Amino acid sequence: MFAYYLDLALRSLKRNKALTALMVLAIALGIGASMTTLTVLHVLSGDPLPGRSGTLYYPQIDPRDNSGLFPGKEPPEQLTLTDGQNLLRAGRADHQALMTGGSVPIQPDSSSLDPFYVEARYTTADFFPMFGTPFLYGQGWAAADDEARVRDVVINSELNQRLFAGADSVGRTLRVANTAFRIVGVLDNWEPSPHFYDLNTGSYGYTEQVFLPLQTALGLHMDHNGSSDCWGNGAGGIGGTYPSEECVWLQFWVRLDSPAQVAAYREFLVRYSQQQKSLGRFVKAPNVRLRDVRQWLAYERVVPNDVRLQTGLAFGFLLVCLVNTVGLMLAKFLRRASELGIRRALGASKRALFTQLLVESGVVGLVGGAGGLLLALLGLWLVRHRPSDYAPLAHLDPTMLLVTFLLAVGASLLAGLLPAWRACQITPALQLKSN
Amino acid sequence: MDIRPIFAALRKHRIPAGLIVLEIALACAVLCNAVFMIGQRIGEMHVPNAIDEAGIVDITVQGTDPKLAAADVPRNLAALREIPGVTAVAAVNIVPLSQSGWNSNVATGPGELLKKNTPNVAQYLFSRGGPEALGMRLLRGRFFDDAEYADSQLGVSYLPGGHVALVTQSLAERLWPGQSALGKQAWIGDDNHYTVVGVVADILRPDRNGEGAAGFHWAIFLPLSPASVLNTYIVRSNPGDRGRVLRDGIRKLEALSPNAVVKGQTFTEVRDKFFADTRSMVGMLALVCVVMLAVTAFGIVGLTSFWVGQRRRQIGIRRALGATRGHIMRYFQTENFLLTAAGVLLGMALAFGINVYLMQHYELQRMPMYYLPAGAIALWLLGQLAVIGPARRAAAVPPVVATRSG
Repeated sequence: MFAYYLDLALRSLKRNKALTALMVLAIALGIGASMTTLTVLHVLSGDPLPGRSGTLYYPQIDPRDNSGLFPGKEPPEQLTLTDGQNLLRAGRADHQALMTGGSVPIQPDSSSLDPFYVEARYTTADFFPMFGTPFLYGQGWAAADDEARVRDVVINSELNQRLFAGADSVGRTLRVANTAFRIVGVLDNWEPSPHFYDLNTGSYGYTEQVFLPLQTALGLHMDHNGSSDCWGNGAGGIGGTYPSEECVWLQFWVRLDSPAQVAAYREFLVRYSQQQKSLGRFVKAPNVRLRDVRQWLAYERVVPNDVRLQTGLAFGFLLVCLVNTVGLMLAKFLRRASELGIRRALGASKRALFTQLLVESGVVGLVGGAGGLLLALLGLWLVRHRPSDYAPLAHLDPTMLLVTFLLAVGASLLAGLLPAWRACQITPALQLKSN
Repeated sequence: MDIRPIFAALRKHRIPAGLIVLEIALACAVLCNAVFMIGQRIGEMHVPNAIDEAGIVDITVQGTDPKLAAADVPRNLAALREIPGVTAVAAVNIVPLSQSGWNSNVATGPGELLKKNTPNVAQYLFSRGGPEALGMRLLRGRFFDDAEYADSQLGVSYLPGGHVALVTQSLAERLWPGQSALGKQAWIGDDNHYTVVGVVADILRPDRNGEGAAGFHWAIFLPLSPASVLNTYIVRSNPGDRGRVLRDGIRKLEALSPNAVVKGQTFTEVRDKFFADTRSMVGMLALVCVVMLAVTAFGIVGLTSFWVGQRRRQIGIRRALGATRGHIMRYFQTENFLLTAAGVLLGMALAFGINVYLMQHYELQRMPMYYLPAGAIALWLLGQLAVIGPARRAAAVPPVVATRSG
């Protein structure tokens, strides 16, 4: 029966090519626009570390004075160096890492390569096991090395390719900012997106090429990269290179595996704030937050508003296209009232007619969906050629492919429902008589 | 013309009529909001920026020894000044629209930083010749003199030790509304304050850190003697020369600091980069509007054609009873007008609702009321254009159709 309906549908669609083309085009345009924007939204709001992000937490405390400069009750988004080191040394979580961004000159030994700048991360040892960074060669440095200020460095595969043509470079020397470092590890491709652990350096499309022990980097006065928020008079810190003690400029991440641990850590942050207040360092009452990765990204509003607006607009457009298709399909079905009347008179049930018409709208949906998919691919290609920092990420993944397909067929079946129902309401006798 | 028969006919075709109304309402709502967003963004791209945008290029030098800056900066400036065609040069810490900010909160008195919600302001530092190199326009007061540049050193803090400042007109109005800013004290931090000696025409800040559109023009300018933070060189020339000046400048600075990383661009490129996202958003919004209007128009053509096909007999009878072609044309045009009117009424309410929602969730501004009737008129015109074809075909139905059976 289905094959017969399909045959009828194709015949009917062929009979009025312009109308069919218009319906298919409307669905394709609507689907194409909404899938392009939805894919971008999906990619941008993705989980940066699937499987791990649920156990990673970002502690915030409030070391500021009582100035009215910062309205609202939210504590600052980063930590001071003192607080960061205190929390790190307290070691209340399974893993914890204190870090900040930087940019350093790499001075290759070979005279064929000029010195160049790369993005760097100054961090403590737990960064690698906590975030589960994949290593191509070697591994990170040990926690004990942090305090010893060892001159160890982890580089990423891109830099390894550039300097050592991809060979195992563990144990070799790398000159960073006029200082010799020993390479202890080479990361495999690792680009969490969004760049959740430090959003100040850009949320998307930002990768560090070298990772240096925090204390070592600070001791060598390497350049800081990122945001620093100060209160008081903001006088310079360590040697004038870094923000002062009245500035927050470091990020601190902890790994907490169970809700009990999370509660205990939150309690610890409150106690720490109280203790610092009694020492006279903090002025405000304890004001702490402990967000996991998802909550942190939502709080920081990582996904650009424009992307959300575009998605909303595209769905508005899809709705217009669908209403348009409903109208055209209705016109098409009603025009065939006499044909349907004859089929009814010959014994076809209303249900059979309804199914037949739905098959026809399903065909329109399938073809429109395929067209929409092509348009979405074209749209994403256009997005990739835009200058936004998230542009290279705009690719269709299998999930979105399936969503596109379902959306197209679902939408056009939905668009076919009303016209099919309306067309089945005809009185067979009247149709036969008038012709 | 009597419109009662039209209503009677529409009542018999409630579903198609309702669909046209709904489609027009949705299109009107989306159109109003999209055009409003386009207007906002185009406005943003054209905010005034009182510097010589066409004539300046900027070159940044990174990776030199900060301790040698006091000697390096004057040497570099002298080298750049020698390039033929260069009219002015200066070293600055940040460049408008460069997306790399240097911001401070500025107050009008000591201790006020702690009390009030003070504006966040872009803090420009420049060496002698800064106003000339940027092409700043002085509205009141004066620029800095040589002694003020020489006096101002950078201590351990990020604030220069000088005592004078220039502010933009917008910042002056924000800090001292209705008063003259000249001679007033601008406080940055608890210990540093600067006497305002001049007010300049509005200049954009490097990023959008200020509160909304107004804050885009909040900037303060402080003089500074050569220091390592002044690592960007502004070189001004005739717009026709700037490409060559940029190439020569980069080459000279690279030769002077072989280990440094030297990067340069024209200000036009800086501006293009800053607004690239905005431009592509405008393009996308415009494309959606055009395609949506086209889809709507074709939808109207399709449905009206169907109606005309269905009513061939009635049209024939009317023609046989003496209706002219014009009457038939006008009938369909009036019908379309009434449907569109219902659609745009609904659409304007919907557009307003969407705008209110966006205002609450996306910090969008209120849509001016004239967008609503403008959108309505656009859709009315669209409807009338779309109906011409089918109405013509209806008018072409010969009276003899009435006599045929079927």
